[in-house]
Amino acid sequence: MPETRRGFFKTLGGGILVLLVEESVDAQETGARQRGSGGAMPQEISAWLHIGAEGRVTVYTGKTEVGQDIRTSLAQAVAEELHTPLGTIHLVMGDTDLTPYDMGTFGSRSTPFMAPQLRKAAAAAREILIGLAAERWGAERSTLAAAEGRIRRSGSDQTLAYAELAKGQKLTQTIPAETALTPAAQWKVSGVSIPKVNGRDFVTGRHKYVSDMKLPGMLHGKVVRAPAWNATLAEVDLKPAQALPGVTALHEGDFVGVAAATPEEAAEAARLVRAQWNTSPQPSSRGIFTYLKSKATEGRSEGGTRRGSMEAGMAAAAQKLKQTYMLQYIAHAPLEPRAALAEWKDGKLTVWTGTQRPFGVRSELSSALGVPEDRVRVIVPDTGSGYGGKHSGDAAVEAARLAKAAGRPVKLVWTREEEFLWAYFRPAGVIEVSSGISADGRLTAWEFHNYNSGGAGIQTLYDVPNQLIQYHPVQSPLRQGSYRALAAPANFFARETHMDELALAARLDPLEFRLRNLTDPRLRAVFEAAAARFGWNNRKKPAPHHGYGLAGGFEKGSYVANCVEVSVSPQSGAVAIRKVVVAFECGAVVNPDHLKNQVQGMIMMGIGGALFEAVEFENGRMLNPRFSRYRVPRFSDVPPIDVVLLDRKDLPSAGGGETPICALAPALGSAIFDATGIRLRSLPLAPRGVRAGA
Amino acid sequence: MSQLIEFSVNGVHRRILAPPGRTLLNVLRENLDLTGAKLGCGEGQCGSCTVLVDGRPVRSCITPAASVAGRRVTTIEGLEQNGRLDLLQESFLKAGALQCGFCTSGMIMAAAALLRQTPNPDEAQIAKQMQGNICRCGTYPRIVEAVRLASSLRKGVSNA
Repeated sequence: MPETRRGFFKTLGGGILVLLVEESVDAQETGARQRGSGGAMPQEISAWLHIGAEGRVTVYTGKTEVGQDIRTSLAQAVAEELHTPLGTIHLVMGDTDLTPYDMGTFGSRSTPFMAPQLRKAAAAAREILIGLAAERWGAERSTLAAAEGRIRRSGSDQTLAYAELAKGQKLTQTIPAETALTPAAQWKVSGVSIPKVNGRDFVTGRHKYVSDMKLPGMLHGKVVRAPAWNATLAEVDLKPAQALPGVTALHEGDFVGVAAATPEEAAEAARLVRAQWNTSPQPSSRGIFTYLKSKATEGRSEGGTRRGSMEAGMAAAAQKLKQTYMLQYIAHAPLEPRAALAEWKDGKLTVWTGTQRPFGVRSELSSALGVPEDRVRVIVPDTGSGYGGKHSGDAAVEAARLAKAAGRPVKLVWTREEEFLWAYFRPAGVIEVSSGISADGRLTAWEFHNYNSGGAGIQTLYDVPNQLIQYHPVQSPLRQGSYRALAAPANFFARETHMDELALAARLDPLEFRLRNLTDPRLRAVFEAAAARFGWNNRKKPAPHHGYGLAGGFEKGSYVANCVEVSVSPQSGAVAIRKVVVAFECGAVVNPDHLKNQVQGMIMMGIGGALFEAVEFENGRMLNPRFSRYRVPRFSDVPPIDVVLLDRKDLPSAGGGETPICALAPALGSAIFDATGIRLRSLPLAPRGVRAGA
Repeated sequence: MSQLIEFSVNGVHRRILAPPGRTLLNVLRENLDLTGAKLGCGEGQCGSCTVLVDGRPVRSCITPAASVAGRRVTTIEGLEQNGRLDLLQESFLKAGALQCGFCTSGMIMAAAALLRQTPNPDEAQIAKQMQGNICRCGTYPRIVEAVRLASSLRKGVSNA
């Protein structure tokens, strides 16, 4: 790598550079084994860190910031090991030319995998600095220590700032993955509620999201959309649009788009394009559950778990239960719609875009535009949220096509309606559960089939000797993809609602029934913590139309349990959430306040999918692609939310931005049942309130 | 035909040439490069584009530029004075009342309008007045806390 090292210093102007080489299996994701060809970084490097002559520490990671505050928590990790003030650390994130390859920011993986890698790089840098100081002073390493950006010599006043040590150096060290790290119990910077490091940029409006960026000579792009999903272009006439001054209009395959000097002119030009589309009949949201079940392909099932014998388990059962649970498609609706700014310069394409997968989008651009990956750079400024919804590079490809055709930079910002219609949805699904329990309320059999929604969070942590658990993929009629926690909220909903129904059959308290069938200590702990804070065992309805529910589970290394209280208006059927207690455990907590913010946020977001959000569609068209018709949680929906964080300093940190959304819907469903006697088995539970016979 | 519009933005007199049909939001973002106000929906439903016109909150994405001629517009960029944050901005930071930050400008401007009208709002008043502002990250409880904090800090300042 000598050429590359020279390249590094040409850009960085000297200092100390630490490259982390990951040999472990985890590095398959961050460590470039699967990377595309032709990047600027050496293949085996998973993280790197630079200390410049001014003492400025720059950390490079392919992860992206979408509101989960990893820019802060990863800086904390580096500060912890490097023993330097947080303010001297700057993170370069999600830039395919500058940061090491990364598969993407999803799956709650930044905290358990990226943070330890950066810690190792920082620890190595600290050791290098100690070595340099030892050389400078002719001292024993063991007499030196690092603190607050300086190396100190014990028994003397001598100190050397990192800046002084880095000055004039062109020192590279490649370190192996095995480096000792500070245990969580001894953390001083991690484990503390540090405020968002660049928070000031947001409260002043100064931060530039992609949709805020401008380049000299830039045009505004607009795509001419089909009237329905899966339509193909029959005929197109660009001439009326091209007749406008300064308008570029482009037709390539099924892509039709325009670029013009202002957003208004681009909209006008797009309106003038005459396009005819071939559409085909498609299913509607009303019949979607029958459709999904009928299209489930035999033999292609995944995530299968077989244990014991279902026959034996059912034979041993004193009571049996079979129920079907359903959920509609929902939309992420990130407040910043997809946006991209594309510029071609000397045959190289640079695209600024808000995505959770900068390297994936680089590949998309490379194949869509026919340009090698080393001639494509994707840069992701801190983005206006994603929730799993910004994995694809749709806007990036569209902007790049138009910029190429126009010979000028093009910015393309999706409208809210485009974001609803042309992004992708959280999958709808049908889940069938059959079970048996013994006379003393112990599970004897558990059969669980998920059609279409996915395999995440499908396993049960309850003790069941006989299990059959399967996910059955279906060719979804709507474009679907990742959403916070993937299918776990769906599988939690079916599993925990079913457990509630079994508790009733067993004439046991819902908490007692769960604990009777649960040995996993971490899941027991969150159930018990939530119940204790809520006062579950002493709950007493203030009025007959109030109800209580609880639910919990495990996913992506973390554990959650909710206790909720609702009231259901006897007149209107309207559901009001009176109280939510959420207990969450994800190992050693890195930033308590930011974690609490995530957990509260997920309860709020989860209310939408649980109670009222649904994509209504018919024959290839979404019927409610606007905030005036697709209801999302607002201020009036905010219940009192009590967050109990179980900080396990003895356990590795897991991610916190997904699992807390999983258990809310089943807890609310159980509480509604407790209030009304009506068992709701389909999400959203109560878009228009709860009514008998509905 | 483009039109000449004169108005004040954050205390500065502006004369701008707006193309036909341009909204106040696009005047701010395109003509003046004040990009703090965001386009979140284009139908006045999410509040990301909230700015003050003569002290009242408006949805700049559905406000024709011509309608603000001769009036005073305040945007998020106008709150900071000589590098000092407004109490609301500080309170949002203190309460950690943001995640991705895309709604934050609109939330702060809506809250600024609320505090002018109701200097000491309770939770229900905050929820009611800010019902038109969406935060998809769900930081609502913290925004309520931030507004309450700003209200109490302001009281402290005026009593001092």
